[in-house]
Amino acid sequence: MNDHLQEIFSTLKKNKLRTALTGLSVSWGIFILIVLLGAGNGLKNGVMSNFSSRAVNRISLWSGTTSIPYNGLKSGRNLHFMEKEVSTIHHEVTQSDLITARSDKSQTISYGSEYGTYQVRGVMPAYCEIEKLVIQQGDGRFINQLDINQTNKVIVLDQKIVEVLFKGKPALGQYVKVGQLMFKVIGINSKKEQWGGSNAYIPFSTSQVIFNPDKKFNQIMFTVNGLETKAANERFDESLRNLMGRSLSFDPQDKQALWVNNTQAEYIETMKIFGGITIFVSIIGIFTLIAGIVGVSNIMLVTVKERTREIGIRKAIGAPPSSILKSIILESIIITAIFGYVGLMLGIGVTELVNFLMEQAAAANASSDSMQMSVFKNPTVDIGYAVFATVVLIIAGVLAGYLPARKAVKVHPIEAMREE
Amino acid sequence: MIDLKQLHKSYYTEAISLHVLKGISLHIDSGEYVSVMGASGSGKSTLLNILGILDTYDSGEYYLDGTLMKNLSEKQAAHYRNEMIGFVFQSFNLIGFKNALENVALPLYYKNVSRKKRNIIAMELLDKMGLKEWAYHMPSELSGGQKQRVAIARAMISNPRIILADEPTGALDSQTTVEVMDVLTHLNKQGITTIIVTHEKSVADATNRIIHLKDGMIEYETRKENGVHNTYTYAAQNL
Repeated sequence: MNDHLQEIFSTLKKNKLRTALTGLSVSWGIFILIVLLGAGNGLKNGVMSNFSSRAVNRISLWSGTTSIPYNGLKSGRNLHFMEKEVSTIHHEVTQSDLITARSDKSQTISYGSEYGTYQVRGVMPAYCEIEKLVIQQGDGRFINQLDINQTNKVIVLDQKIVEVLFKGKPALGQYVKVGQLMFKVIGINSKKEQWGGSNAYIPFSTSQVIFNPDKKFNQIMFTVNGLETKAANERFDESLRNLMGRSLSFDPQDKQALWVNNTQAEYIETMKIFGGITIFVSIIGIFTLIAGIVGVSNIMLVTVKERTREIGIRKAIGAPPSSILKSIILESIIITAIFGYVGLMLGIGVTELVNFLMEQAAAANASSDSMQMSVFKNPTVDIGYAVFATVVLIIAGVLAGYLPARKAVKVHPIEAMREE
Repeated sequence: MIDLKQLHKSYYTEAISLHVLKGISLHIDSGEYVSVMGASGSGKSTLLNILGILDTYDSGEYYLDGTLMKNLSEKQAAHYRNEMIGFVFQSFNLIGFKNALENVALPLYYKNVSRKKRNIIAMELLDKMGLKEWAYHMPSELSGGQKQRVAIARAMISNPRIILADEPTGALDSQTTVEVMDVLTHLNKQGITTIIVTHEKSVADATNRIIHLKDGMIEYETRKENGVHNTYTYAAQNL
């Protein structure tokens, strides 16, 4: 085999420039394929990371203002949830899993001489999992059912609030002042809000007692299971509106009365879009690659034409047809494989470089307050593509070489040797 | 060794058909030293190409070493060429991007002889041809005589039983012609059947048997017998 390769390399070396130019078209094809796939992946990973910072199967409900008269009630009524809605959803919506009510109040939180104004959220224990808050080892715990039952005055603070108020001193177990009341710090959340704000979390029951004497609030969040298609989500949203409509007395068709944000439906839609983008990108990449293969095939044809005399001589001195066929196809495979790999490596290099630069930028951003929303992340392709590309390259080489090789086999030695 | 019986060959183009060989019958024994002469278009190169299994014939029979050379596959033809026949061409037909040594060694590549071994054999042959110092030179750096000697070395490397030379001195000056003919004569003396197509009388005179072709037929032949050339008509041969 080594001997055959040496023989082939000696012919390839004969015309280095042309070999290089031929190979370049394949390199370019693979390079574009990898970069495009990387870009597609980057876009997908970026958007996915935004989804995954919260539960993807999350549904948020906001109570709104009615815009359609209903059951003798006028339009323009402000609607509010009460705790019964939470238990209605919990018990009647079979797909529901984790659930929390949420009421927000902007409050000044102070510790010693340090203070700041933050959103204080009254939430239930499931909030932690729905919003994927991060409470690290040694950073305490989130609000639990006991806190709810006993309306404990306990508080979980975002890392940034801790930094502002405590200036590096231990915060756990200390008391902070929220409005006029003292709350014990029981946990620190180190997940950053994508939009940069900082929150504090207190038991929902405590929040109701202190901030909402009328027991009204306007947000419920819960997770759902088993809604795999867009249609299923639409049906679910509709039945949810009907349920809430009955509970709060509004027309289920009244979109202003209840705002439903179904991340699951968005997620499914987005996945579909990215499926489309991946197909689109693959098609462009593959056509670029095909152009490269056609280029190789074309140049191999020219090469065979140019080497007619040499091939004739080889046949005259006893080269069997199979050997001629094999050598031309092998030449083609070697060109496509070597240059294809160069393109592959360059493509992977570029995607990795972009990834590296983006990670650097992200690390620099992490310490600042700027927005953490990303649309592009980890634009790399996995090893599966490299293996796939190797197979494609070899097949491409065979395809590109086959026609020229057939032509070479048909070369008639006498006529070939007459050519100058 | 070589037996031709009523061999016919025509070339067809869209407009015309050209009857090149018109019933050639010929017997050449092993070890003979033969030349084929004739004017341009007499069919001598076609005859040589058929003998070398580079071309096919339309009708008649061609036996090489007792085997009928008809309807051979490309692979079989390549095998016979590689095993039995060495070619020497007027225009040398060396591969331009290979040096002298690689050119000489090439037929052994197709016999799957290792690179190392075939280079040793090729070097020995080049040495015999007096070209050892030129082994690593490219054909473009060699003189006509040197090129032809490289080509002869290449023809010799697979120990052929027949050497077919098509105008081997056609591109050479008279001094070099003598040198090349000396090499071919030497080879023939080693027992290799040598057939040379030429239109140079001096070249033909070096051989023992001269076949004269005219219009695709053997007109007559001349044999060197006891140092004297005797002429035989083709008809007389067959009588």
